[in-house]
Amino acid sequence: MMRAVSAVDVSELVVWRGGQLVLNGLSCQVRAGRITGLLGPSGCGKTTLMRAIVGVQIVSSGSVAVLSEPAGSRQLRRRVGYLTQEPSLYGDLSVRENLRYFARVLGADEARIGEVIETVSLADHAERLAGRLSGGQLARASLATALLAEPELLVLDEPTVGLDPVLRRDLWAHFRRLAASGVTLLVSSHVMDEAEHCDELLLMREGELVASESPDELRRQTGRHNLEDAFLTLIELRAPR
Amino acid sequence: MSVRITLATAIRVLTQLRRDPRTVALLLAVPPVLLTLLKYVFQQQPRAFQTVGAPLVGLFPFTTMFLVTSITMLRERSTGTLERLMTMPLAKLDLLLGYGLAFAAVGSIQALITAGVGFALLGLGVAGSTPLVIALAVGNAVLGMALGLFTSAFARTEFQAIQFFPAVVLPQLLLCGLFVPRARMAPLLQGVSDALPLTYAFDGLQRAAVRGALGARGELDIAVIAGATLLAMSLGAATLRRRSR
Repeated sequence: MMRAVSAVDVSELVVWRGGQLVLNGLSCQVRAGRITGLLGPSGCGKTTLMRAIVGVQIVSSGSVAVLSEPAGSRQLRRRVGYLTQEPSLYGDLSVRENLRYFARVLGADEARIGEVIETVSLADHAERLAGRLSGGQLARASLATALLAEPELLVLDEPTVGLDPVLRRDLWAHFRRLAASGVTLLVSSHVMDEAEHCDELLLMREGELVASESPDELRRQTGRHNLEDAFLTLIELRAPR
Repeated sequence: MSVRITLATAIRVLTQLRRDPRTVALLLAVPPVLLTLLKYVFQQQPRAFQTVGAPLVGLFPFTTMFLVTSITMLRERSTGTLERLMTMPLAKLDLLLGYGLAFAAVGSIQALITAGVGFALLGLGVAGSTPLVIALAVGNAVLGMALGLFTSAFARTEFQAIQFFPAVVLPQLLLCGLFVPRARMAPLLQGVSDALPLTYAFDGLQRAAVRGALGARGELDIAVIAGATLLAMSLGAATLRRRSR
């Protein structure tokens, strides 16, 4: 597991959105076969960074390489799975119909549909229209879509928000299994508890990278056991600079 | 481009439409009802009903497909499904052709029902060629779809998308020769009418309904309809962006 290869390489990334500087020369790496947590308060630029990595964000300058290709290139469209923060499904189709359509677009095997429905524990709701699902169920159905093609890199924007704790634990266990099988995961959250599940952390604040460490290294550097406290300490240490 | 993805998209669009039986009922029932209404409006002028009625059979699919596509495409943009598709191995052409196939199918069913009611029940003249009217109706459905697709890019909300109907479709209906023969329009209006695709759609339909043969001018009509469809489709494709701000 000690591969030093990075699945994502972001260099000097500058992004403006709506006249505002969202990412100001951000550089970071996401290591292959690991779970990297992208953490920071909401509005700090996490989603913009993820959009740049999947190649749907117009960037002003800098570069983003994903699996050794420029982000958004044609070859990556089957190799990268993306879960948007807002669930994006057809509300007037059932969960299964949504998955069937996306599976055909992705060229994924029909058998995957049943598997991903199991993974996100939606077997009881598979025939329901997506528009009739609760918020949490809809988020899971959307996540199922991102898992369909068995991508090498999964970019998940707040996949566990609003889910019940049991399901959240199960999903993290699933992410762990995926990572063990060689999949790289980049998972964002604005809740620091989620950091515990990650191998590496990217901490962001106001469009800048505050730290890129493993949870243990972060604890060691700051002398704080609780990761939320560690994050605060880190920000205070940097503030007077 | 992929046949698999194009067909999957067409099936998906049709499944979505099927989930909305009220819209389907309106799509299929409103044109024949309007045509019936028109017959009674023109009770004192049966000739006028003959000249206007048959081409209308082929114009309904244009107007309805314009609306249906605008709204469906706007939803695709605003719910994030378009962005999701753009991260997947789907060519823009797959999406456009998928929509085109689905709505051409719906447009033909609509035209068949309207034509059936018009020709069989309302006594519309069949001096011309019924199959040709229906074929043109399908072409118009696809033209309406292409225009709807393009204009939907300029709408942020469904309210705005609906407003494009009076803005884009009604002027074409007014100027195409349906209400007043083009020859009797002021030269300026004639000039504007020359530049609008529906003018050619109406002309072609009239020829098909009255004479049953297209002739040289009718072939020009078809060429213009096809060209306008392709142009609107390419412009629509240009508004589907893989990357956004």
